[in-house]
Amino acid sequence: MSEPKSHRHGTGNHHPRRHQRGQATPGTAASDAAHAGGRGDGHKRHGRQTQARDGVLVALAGQQNAGKSTLFNVLTGARQHVANYPGVTVDKKHGQYSDDLGTVYTVDLPGTYSLTSFSLEERVAREFLLGARPDVTVDVVDASNLRRSLHLTLQLLELELPLVLALNMMDVAASNGIEVDQDVLAARLGLPVVATVGRKGEGREALRRAIRTEADRLLAPERPPSQPEAEAAARPPVRYGALEPAIGQLVARLTTESALAHLPRRWLALQLLQGDTTALQLLLERLGDADTRALQADAGRFIVAFESAQGIDVADHIVACRDRAVERLLDGAVKGADRGRPSLTDRIDRVVLNRWTAPLFLVATVFAIYQVSIVWGYELTNYTWPLLAKFRELVAGVLPSADFLVDPYTRSLGLWLVDSANTLLNYVPIFLILFAAIAIVEDSGYMARIAFILDKILHRFGLHGQSTLPLILGGVFAGGCAVPGVMATKGIPDTRARMATIFTVPFMNCLAKVPLYTLLLGVFFVEHKSLMMFYISTMTIIFALLVAKLLTKTVLRGQETSPFVMELPHYHLPTLTGVLRRSFERTWQYIKKVGTVVLAVAVVVFALLHLPGLSAERKSHYGAEAQAAMERFETAMVGNTYADVALGDNLMPLINYFTDHKRAKLNATGSAGSERVAARFQARNPDFYPLVKPPAGDRDAKRAWRELRKLARARQGLRREMREERITTSILGTIGRGMEPLTQFAGFDWKINVALLSSFAARESSVATLGVLFQQDDDQNATLEERMGTETRAGGATALLAVSMILFFALYPPCLATTIMVKVQTGSYKWMLFSIVFPTLLGLGVASAVYSIGMAVGATGIEAMSVVYWGAFALLLVVGLLSERRSRRRLGERLAQT
Amino acid sequence: MLSLNDIRAGGRVRIRRHLATGAVRQRLLDLGLMPNAVVTVVRSAPLNDPIELKLDASNVSLRRAEARTIEVSPEDNDHV
Repeated sequence: MSEPKSHRHGTGNHHPRRHQRGQATPGTAASDAAHAGGRGDGHKRHGRQTQARDGVLVALAGQQNAGKSTLFNVLTGARQHVANYPGVTVDKKHGQYSDDLGTVYTVDLPGTYSLTSFSLEERVAREFLLGARPDVTVDVVDASNLRRSLHLTLQLLELELPLVLALNMMDVAASNGIEVDQDVLAARLGLPVVATVGRKGEGREALRRAIRTEADRLLAPERPPSQPEAEAAARPPVRYGALEPAIGQLVARLTTESALAHLPRRWLALQLLQGDTTALQLLLERLGDADTRALQADAGRFIVAFESAQGIDVADHIVACRDRAVERLLDGAVKGADRGRPSLTDRIDRVVLNRWTAPLFLVATVFAIYQVSIVWGYELTNYTWPLLAKFRELVAGVLPSADFLVDPYTRSLGLWLVDSANTLLNYVPIFLILFAAIAIVEDSGYMARIAFILDKILHRFGLHGQSTLPLILGGVFAGGCAVPGVMATKGIPDTRARMATIFTVPFMNCLAKVPLYTLLLGVFFVEHKSLMMFYISTMTIIFALLVAKLLTKTVLRGQETSPFVMELPHYHLPTLTGVLRRSFERTWQYIKKVGTVVLAVAVVVFALLHLPGLSAERKSHYGAEAQAAMERFETAMVGNTYADVALGDNLMPLINYFTDHKRAKLNATGSAGSERVAARFQARNPDFYPLVKPPAGDRDAKRAWRELRKLARARQGLRREMREERITTSILGTIGRGMEPLTQFAGFDWKINVALLSSFAARESSVATLGVLFQQDDDQNATLEERMGTETRAGGATALLAVSMILFFALYPPCLATTIMVKVQTGSYKWMLFSIVFPTLLGLGVASAVYSIGMAVGATGIEAMSVVYWGAFALLLVVGLLSERRSRRRLGERLAQT
Repeated sequence: MLSLNDIRAGGRVRIRRHLATGAVRQRLLDLGLMPNAVVTVVRSAPLNDPIELKLDASNVSLRRAEARTIEVSPEDNDHV
């Protein structure tokens, strides 16, 4: 295998690229290389030079806000996938495209300002570049902010990567009056430079050509480098002046180590001199302990010598040298970077970030997102729900039909699964709108401003300015969903604040909590409904802030934090395709990640609710009752003209026909809907139809209908009794009863326990399960509110119990879908378990305290709620004020030390 | 010594040195807050913290806690 000698940017004496693929890679990057571009053919790449060039690996690197992801979309089009880098939660986007010569696999690296090892994203990007050694790396730079962007370019060059420079956002630069002389820049850097405008798709072909040319040049059969090429290759991208002797000696030392043959040694030397921990790790892996320590000691001596001689920190010196190098690169190549005239962004910010108007804009934005996605989106589900209901009917029609008492398992499980899936899919319109709205806020540049405005409050409680969005999505006031909320924590750069946000988003009022609140308020707080509504919708944020503070001070103490130093990007008009793409991408992610797991768990919950099932004795008891009911019907039908139609083999289909018709009639809206139902059922079975809708004057039909109704009711009553008995004796019911000793302090009996347990699968099911457990006979026709009211009041329950339930529900663990998302976002099952256990204990503790103390002092529900609410509020104020004083003091001490 | 935290909105200053170390220092440098760079304090957030700075081509926000670790000298004296 030969090595290409035309590598221009190295130090000239080594070419680290070819041999090492897949064998000599640091850390997890080895597996990464194999995965890159989804090929998984690590072996093939070894011998690739002799084969047809069937694939080129391209990485896109660049700083944040340089338009890297947009350019990635432009390059790859629709063919892309999102995955995670191994072991971490950083998104890894890869895609591919084809040009005349073959496929180009493209990886979008996380946006990084530089390539140190201080942040996760930078470590991930660097590891990929070092480990996978992409054939070509495209450095996407913001043409309107070249000075900052080129710092990263120089670092990439020091990694001895074959680069193509994409001068992106040329239109923004032009509108700012900035002229960039591409050719001068290309000549000075020794790199191909392509001008692009990612947002408009301009420069795609030129960039693809440049990538192909660069790849070809590097894969071409060996030829001796021309004189200028060799010179260029020998010239390092940055000269570090007084540090050069130290660098030279370290490079010499590193060159003797064959284990490092394919790593950029000058770069390694620089990392050693900066004490970079990840680079040391890399050396430890390659060289072992003794050699690394020796190198480290050498570097330490150089550092001390340099710093005492020059009076400046090595790291500062390196940055300063790079800065001077950038200045030289730009000198004369960039014209017209004007300073005086305020840009459009400046003018917008004067209003949007103004002390007095900023809160208005913020509230308006949040309200708009809420209105458009949650309120309107919810209305939209009125149109999409019938589709899902139709799907259910379709499945119901295919599955084996119901028996008089017991449905075949295939039917009940099948419908259970469809119901579970529908519950999730019902939210899809909301999510599509929500994610689109968020993409707009993000792409426009306003998201960073939200963080800027709110950081002070949130920071005080251990959260971050960028926690705002996840909390909004979770449903700060009323109606949201914790799943996208937890998903949106991805953007928070501070790990500790991010974790605190992940664990507090589930305290928000998600859409599925609302029905239970509505139910309880309707039963117990008829007079105080609006006050309770106010408490419920604002206590979420109080609890969230307090819990965030608590967690930050305890379990999250050791988590990495990072400074709030954030760019406020220029405002951009979001592009339609960009917004839609993101919206669909994230919704699809939700369906995929959450859907599969929820279905799996639905099966488990189904089993827990159905097993062990009724004993044979009870079954025969119900069987006898059913038989008796049918016989009563048969007796009543003697002499009726419809007896032939109704009896015998027809009976079971007729009963199902009757109940189907009843359900269809209930679901039909308006007279047109009723007519459609009538037409459908007439068509389905014209013989049965008179029995469910007796024609006027047909007395036999009328009598048969009355008897049929009686029978259907008897059936329903029996089925309900069986179901209740089944749930009571089921595994879940047993667990619920087993928990009574523990939950009695909160006032929960086993029925409530079962409802809360099943709500873990999906929140909505809490009300449904309560509905099953507090069942009525059809004649009663009482609402669930009324039934719960009479039953629980008769059982000694009070409004205090309702408060206890509300508090528990507010603090209760996230639903299953959310915990899956917690796993995805924290990358650990341990934290996922924590996200379940901690809120359970907290919720139970608070609910028990409130209920027990409330019972002891004889408080009413509304009194208890008021005390809890204002108590929490007071605590919030105290904690907020204390933490400010403490942080001031700590800062003072820290500054005094330095 | 004057820190960036002491500068009122509208003030133009030259960065002297960073007292911060590690990640904070790196981040400040990455965003262009190099020693000798001239920055303008644009505004503080509605609740006074964080603050917004203008560098030559970009706007950067940082908390006052971090601003305190940046030593500066005034470029013009009107706003200090």
